[in-house]
Amino acid sequence: MSVTDVAAFLGAYPFRPGVEGSPDALLRHMDRLGIERAWVGSLPSILHQDPAPANRVLVASARPHRDRLLPVPTVNPEQAAWQDDVNHALDEAVPAVRMYPGYQGIADAGPEMRVAVVAAAAAGLPVVLTVRLEDSRQRHPLDTAAGPSAAGVRTLVRLDDQVRLLVSHADRAFVEEVHFGLTPAEAGRVLWDIAWVRGPPDDHFAHLVRAIGSERLVLGTGLPLRLGETAFVRLELSDLSEREQARILERNLDDWLRGSGTP
Amino acid sequence: MLIDVHSHFYTEESGRPDWLRLNERRLAVASRIGITAQVASILGTWGRRSPTYFPSPDDVRHANHAMAALCRAHPRAVYGYCVVNPNDTDGALGEIERAGAEGMIGLKLAASRRADDRLVDSVVEAATRRGWPILHHVWQHRRREWPGQEASDARELACLADRHPDGHFILAHLGGGGDWSHSLRVMRSVENVWVDLSGSGVDIDMVHAALDEVGPARLVWGTDLTIDTAVARLRYLDALGLSDHDRDGIQWRNAWDLFVGMAHHVGH
Repeated sequence: MSVTDVAAFLGAYPFRPGVEGSPDALLRHMDRLGIERAWVGSLPSILHQDPAPANRVLVASARPHRDRLLPVPTVNPEQAAWQDDVNHALDEAVPAVRMYPGYQGIADAGPEMRVAVVAAAAAGLPVVLTVRLEDSRQRHPLDTAAGPSAAGVRTLVRLDDQVRLLVSHADRAFVEEVHFGLTPAEAGRVLWDIAWVRGPPDDHFAHLVRAIGSERLVLGTGLPLRLGETAFVRLELSDLSEREQARILERNLDDWLRGSGTP
Repeated sequence: MLIDVHSHFYTEESGRPDWLRLNERRLAVASRIGITAQVASILGTWGRRSPTYFPSPDDVRHANHAMAALCRAHPRAVYGYCVVNPNDTDGALGEIERAGAEGMIGLKLAASRRADDRLVDSVVEAATRRGWPILHHVWQHRRREWPGQEASDARELACLADRHPDGHFILAHLGGGGDWSHSLRVMRSVENVWVDLSGSGVDIDMVHAALDEVGPARLVWGTDLTIDTAVARLRYLDALGLSDHDRDGIQWRNAWDLFVGMAHHVGH
């Protein structure tokens, strides 16, 4: 078992010129924090209509560090021949694909997303949906894309029993609205990272563990946009047992990918 | 030592049934992570009886009274900001006198009146005469009016600081939402404003920019509403390998120098 971060990125982000997006920089953060592996998305691909070139850069950048950096390419369901990107993802044996319907100009649970999510599911690929990358108050005036909605997530999960969604950077209210809006079997196909869930004194994180179960939660940092320390401190201050913390850091993701995290 | 310059508590009038648990949790976590002292405020009744950022005179008195009681209950661990609504100028000045007598050591200006409005001057002068620093709620780069508050941004705080060169100001929660890079650019040259790193935002580049633009001598550490993000920033600052002098400055010494009332309470 090793600690895996499901919400890390490589590459430049145009709204944040000070972010260092190289593999070496990310690995330095991971080493400092004791993160063995990271699912890495491509930051520039989020704003590209055709994500394929950025995906190629992502895969090439991660290749020398493939034991630690697992590329999670972007699929734009609105782009022509997006199926090719899913096939390339399969060729690269990636753990998942990312979709950003708001940035891609499509409805979060519209026809394009429905088809692409089911296609990814048929290929055995979970889909990573990111509720937000930055605090809405700080976003660039032109950065107005909506994140996926809770209703959209519920709709996508219900499409097919094979659909698995990893929802990143959701807050407590979002998680609860989705989780308790699904059957236990449906909820078992959704995994949440803890990147945007508040710790003390409000203790939303501890509340979520009690409400939905620690098995539904995994480590997500937002590196290199955000301090990776935050998720670890959140765990430490939650008063969870070491066993539960280890589960979130190390076991839940593997269990979910194997299908044993489903009730 | 570790000093938190931006903390909050609640009362039975704060509209939160878990108010006591929140207060106890904050104190317990502060103790656990090694916060030596926290300077805190209560923003009226947090919207229950009057708006959080436009507290009524009764709510101002209620909040400061409760804050003073917390300070007495936790001597040398909890210190208080006096909260005022400058629109009630006479009331605000009276409250500063009363809160001063109760041992408060700073003034909290939230968002009842824009920082660059001259109405605020007499309140700032009263706080400055007492040697109090003024923690000013700031929306990092306010591009428009936001409901529920008359928020100020760094430019407006800089105007106030410029008019009161003897005053000591703290720009609140750099990580509390908005464009922090705008605030840091403004604060480069405003030497009587310190920058509080608190807030839920944990952008890595924000920490680096704060060190580069403002420098460690004018940064202070705080939590505001989210303690885990503040601890994360602290750990990252440790990991950056700052000199002991710079690290200690951010963690406590800059705040200690600002809050002269703290030393008075401790007896130095």
